[in-house]
Amino acid sequence: MKLAFHLAYKNLMGAGLRTWLNAGVLSFAFIVIIFYNGLIDGWNEQAKIDAIHWEYGHGHLLNENYDPYDPFSIQDGYGELSESNQNNLTPILIRQGNIYPSGRMMSIKIKGIAANQKTLCLPTHLLNDSSAAIPVIIGERMAESAKVSTGDELLLRWRDKNGTYDAATVTVAGVFETNVPFVDGGQIWMSIVKLREMTLLENKTTYFVANEQFKQTETPGWKFETQEYLMREQTKLINAKKVGGSILYVVLMMLGLLAIFDTQVLSIFRRQKEIGTYIALGMTRWQVVRMFTVEGAMYSVFATIIGAIYGIPILWYLSVKGIGFGMSGSEFGIILAERMYPIYGIGLIVGTIIIVILSATIVSFLPARKIARMDPVEALKGKVQ
Amino acid sequence: MKYLITLLFTLLTITQINAQDATAILNKVDDNINSNTSITKSDMIIYGRRNQRTVTSVGYSEGKNKSFSEYLAPARERGTKMLKLEDNLWIYSPSTDRTIQLSGHMLKQSLMGSDLSYEDMMENRKLTEMYDAKVIGEETIDERKTWILQLNAKVDDATYDSRKVWIDTERYVPLREELFAKSGQLLKRTELKDVKRIDGRWYPTKMNYKDMLKDGKGTDFVVLEIEFDVEIPAYIFSKGALKR
Repeated sequence: MKLAFHLAYKNLMGAGLRTWLNAGVLSFAFIVIIFYNGLIDGWNEQAKIDAIHWEYGHGHLLNENYDPYDPFSIQDGYGELSESNQNNLTPILIRQGNIYPSGRMMSIKIKGIAANQKTLCLPTHLLNDSSAAIPVIIGERMAESAKVSTGDELLLRWRDKNGTYDAATVTVAGVFETNVPFVDGGQIWMSIVKLREMTLLENKTTYFVANEQFKQTETPGWKFETQEYLMREQTKLINAKKVGGSILYVVLMMLGLLAIFDTQVLSIFRRQKEIGTYIALGMTRWQVVRMFTVEGAMYSVFATIIGAIYGIPILWYLSVKGIGFGMSGSEFGIILAERMYPIYGIGLIVGTIIIVILSATIVSFLPARKIARMDPVEALKGKVQ
Repeated sequence: MKYLITLLFTLLTITQINAQDATAILNKVDDNINSNTSITKSDMIIYGRRNQRTVTSVGYSEGKNKSFSEYLAPARERGTKMLKLEDNLWIYSPSTDRTIQLSGHMLKQSLMGSDLSYEDMMENRKLTEMYDAKVIGEETIDERKTWILQLNAKVDDATYDSRKVWIDTERYVPLREELFAKSGQLLKRTELKDVKRIDGRWYPTKMNYKDMLKDGKGTDFVVLEIEFDVEIPAYIFSKGALKR
């Protein structure tokens, strides 16, 4: 085996440019696979962290009549939870309303949240700090669509629990920046105490956000949704992207492997005398097959080395500086930062190396099988078989 | 159009007010405007920021709880039908050949881009059941002398906490109505003009409905043709009529 490696190495080095071209193409596929998967993993990680920090916390305890995917359920989807069951929970009350920025009407969700909460990253302390009668905070996309900024006043119209209209001027106490569109677009945040007072929904809550210490217990009238469950749509989307991306690297791998396959076919055709000589010197046919297979597989080893030489600095740089897309995923309703930072796990790198080496070994073996059927005498004479 | 005017007028009846005048005024308004059934052809003119568009429809109504409208123009809206039975509202769209029932959040949507929402059409109760009324003054509108009636909600679930209605002192026709939020913020204003004598009734043939929180000129309703107390086949007020 050692001889096979030694000879394979010598032969590849002797082939010169052809070897480096093959290895180069394969290394490109290798780097792209790692980069793309790293990008998706980075997105996944960032989306998960952002979603937990801004929206999901450590799970939601929802009123049984409230369905986050059904806007019709907002009207009656609230309830009261005893004070003793509210430990480690941040209450949120959702109502529907309209704002009138610059004389335009916008339908929005009014979300009331405990102003002193620490579970979510929403800057709710601004609601306490403001001296305005009804301070609100909004996300930057909401601010952009309503064309308002901090300190601006907006006319808000809502209905109380009985359906009677009310209207008042609210003041934008702060505009926050987030990658999570679900807490930004089409909604304003205010103190839950104020919202309950405005809507006559005393002690009522639509859902609670749990913190790390929350221990789930059976609560009649409420249903608990775990972090994983809340993240399921995002996870599905990311998995779909992974599958879509695999088409790209299958194509790239095919190009690299096709180059190895062609090189192997050509080598076996041109090096018949050499094959005959090996057999004449006492090697079995399968030993020669193994030697050629090792030679082909060694392209992938070279590809790994070349890929590491130029790939590590590039991938490291991208993981530190991130990649800017010039737009946020919020515009598409997904959690996607304007800059994404790829994450390259050991599993991803080792897995990719194994896939590349295994694939290269297989495509090297396929043409090398022909050696096993060669007549050694004819091979020695260099006659085409 | 007919429905809205009827809604506005028919709701102005028997009121528990300290001033006997207010009750009498509202009763007379009711007598003048109300009919058992009516068929109205009208234009709804929706003013946008830069342009305006006109939606023509024919509406059938029976009492306060049943109404059916079919949109005739423009081509984009043609064939769209709307049926209101009690508290339920269905819309049929010919482009999708589907009937959907509007409820909850959807009722807050604008009616064809106008200043009117679907829920504005859904109020069935009489104003007198929901409001205490009193005459608070007099004012002249378009050279017509009017009484100003102040209506304050006496039930918890009135859509608007208070209203002001200006009633023509001779013709017993409302010429203006303003709707207020609990905070006292003026939300909507309706102006009724071009009052004509039709089948022995004084009837306004032009109405402007304006969301006061929005910019713009609001939405006009113009009565093109109207018939009172005509027989309307029962099938008109059924879901089957939506797809006919």
